[in-house]
Parts: sequence; C-alpha cells; structure tokens
Amino acid sequence: MSHSNAHRAGAGHGSTRSYVMGFILSVILTLIPFGLVMYPAFSSSVLLMAIIGLALLQILVQLGFFLHMNTKSDEGWNMLAFVFTVLIIAILVVGSMWIMFHLNSNMMEP
Amino acid sequence: MAAEILHHPAAQAAHAEHHTEHHHDAGGNAIFGFWIYLMNDCILFATLFATYAVLAGNIADGPSAKEIFELPYVLVETFLLLFSSVTYGFAMLAFYKQQKQALLGWLAITFVFGLGFIGMEINEFAHLIGEGFGPDRSAFLSAFFTLVGTHGLHVLSGLIWMAVLMIQLVKNGLTAKNGTRLMCLSLFWHFLDLIWICVFTVVYLMGVLP
Repeated sequence: MSHSNAHRAGAGHGSTRSYVMGFILSVILTLIPFGLVMYPAFSSSVLLMAIIGLALLQILVQLGFFLHMNTKSDEGWNMLAFVFTVLIIAILVVGSMWIMFHLNSNMMEP
Repeated sequence: MAAEILHHPAAQAAHAEHHTEHHHDAGGNAIFGFWIYLMNDCILFATLFATYAVLAGNIADGPSAKEIFELPYVLVETFLLLFSSVTYGFAMLAFYKQQKQALLGWLAITFVFGLGFIGMEINEFAHLIGEGFGPDRSAFLSAFFTLVGTHGLHVLSGLIWMAVLMIQLVKNGLTAKNGTRLMCLSLFWHFLDLIWICVFTVVYLMGVLP
C-alpha cells in the first residue's frame, strides 16, 4: 500500500538510474561555473551570463531528476503552483532590483 | 464492520478499494500541501535574494565579497549537499523496495553529509565574525548572513526532522504514514539543494566575479 501511496503522491518517484543521471549532470553543472570563475578566461559579462544560465539549467535538472516534477503528478497542480511561484519570484526580484537601482542612480550618484 | 458483509467478495473488494483510496488521498493531499508550503518558502527566499542583490554593493568601508569568500571551500560545501541529495534519493528507493536497513543506512549517510555542510557553514560564519566581519559590519554582510543563515537554519531543521524520522522508522516500521513523512522530507531536502544552487551562484560566484 505504501508503494502505491507514494506513487500517486505529490511527485512521482525515480529509479537508481534517474538519481545517478541527475547527480552526474549536477556535478558537471557545478564544476563548470566554479571553474569558469576560479580560472577566468572571459570577460565579466560573459561569465555572468554563463553562470546564471548554468544555474538555471541545474535547477531544471534537479527539478526533473530529484524532485520528479512533471505535468502528470497531481494532475498538473504541482507544476501550476510552481509556475505561479516563479511568476511571483520574477516580479519580486526583478521589481525590487529595478526600483532600487533606479533609485540609486537618480538620487545617490552625483 | 460486520463480518458477514466482509465475506461477500464484492463488498470486500469495495471495502478494500475504499480503504486504499482513502489512504491515497490522505497521503497525496499531505504531500501536495507540503509542496505548497515549499512554494511559499521559495517566495521567502526570493525576498532575501532581492534584498541581498540590492544591498550587496553597500560594503560601508568593510570587506567586499571578493575579499572574504573562498571558492574552494564553497565548492566542498556544495558537494556535501549534492551528495546528501543523491543519498536521500537512494533512501527513497530503499523505502519503495521496503528495505528497512538500507533505508536507515542511506538516511544516516545523508544525515552525516548534511551535518558536514552545517559544520562547514558554522565554521565559515565563526571565522568571519572572528575577523570582525559580522552581520553588524555592513549592509552587505547583514544581507549575506540573513540569506545564507536562513538556508542554514532550513538545513538544520531538515537534520532534526531526519533524526526524528529515523527514530519513528525504527519504532513503527515502514508504515504508510512514515512513507508520507519520508516523501515530504525528500521534497524539503532536494528543495534546499535547489536553493543552494541560487546561493552559490548569486552570492559566492557573482561576488567573486572579476
């Protein structure tokens, strides 16, 4: 019973293969950004784009392989809640930075 | 329930179906509810990240990120958390296969990795405060200690939860209820690794960027 219970649960469950795959991908997606920053060979703006892109990629990898998020679990409500949260986070973070940096450049800088 | 009703095969099947269905919903709802909590926690972290992003440049003659962060140290912390994430995954697999000893073993290994991470973080904080770079030094350090400290407190809570769950597993075995708890902690633990990706990228890597 507990098996089927967990199966239907908020997120599906993985296999040894999916966990190992997720782990290997995460290791690669961790080593690359650390390497890029510790041994800088590109300009700051290129590095910035690269480490943000790799972080987003690793988040997607872990969501898929570790948290088993997909459109099927709980009839898509997990995914819907997540997408809504991402929207709120985007408004919150981008909005805060937009307002505060414009405040700085308009009021603080000579 | 009366014994004669249960003897009827159809009634028995209906009863069994109703029974499992009930359990499905109780466990599924608990896990979905926990997922909603995690989404709320995401927003909590988003506010702390926004605060950090806004304040990171305000070092008030104190040290900048580049002067105090050591990337190799952070890389080891990252790997401890990543190892603990995958060992928790193996613990879940042991649970699905109903292997109690393997489950407890993987949970113990996960616990040790998590404890190592917390130990390293406490050591880093103590080191910084010892040098006079505590949260009262500058807005940058206040935001840093709040953001990274909140993540650390979450990991600590996860460790306490894991210890309690291991005791429950030893005492009550692999029950459906313990399965729901294991599943919730699994989401929580992997979620903390997800937040850590944002921490090492935004705080440490972007802080040290040339």
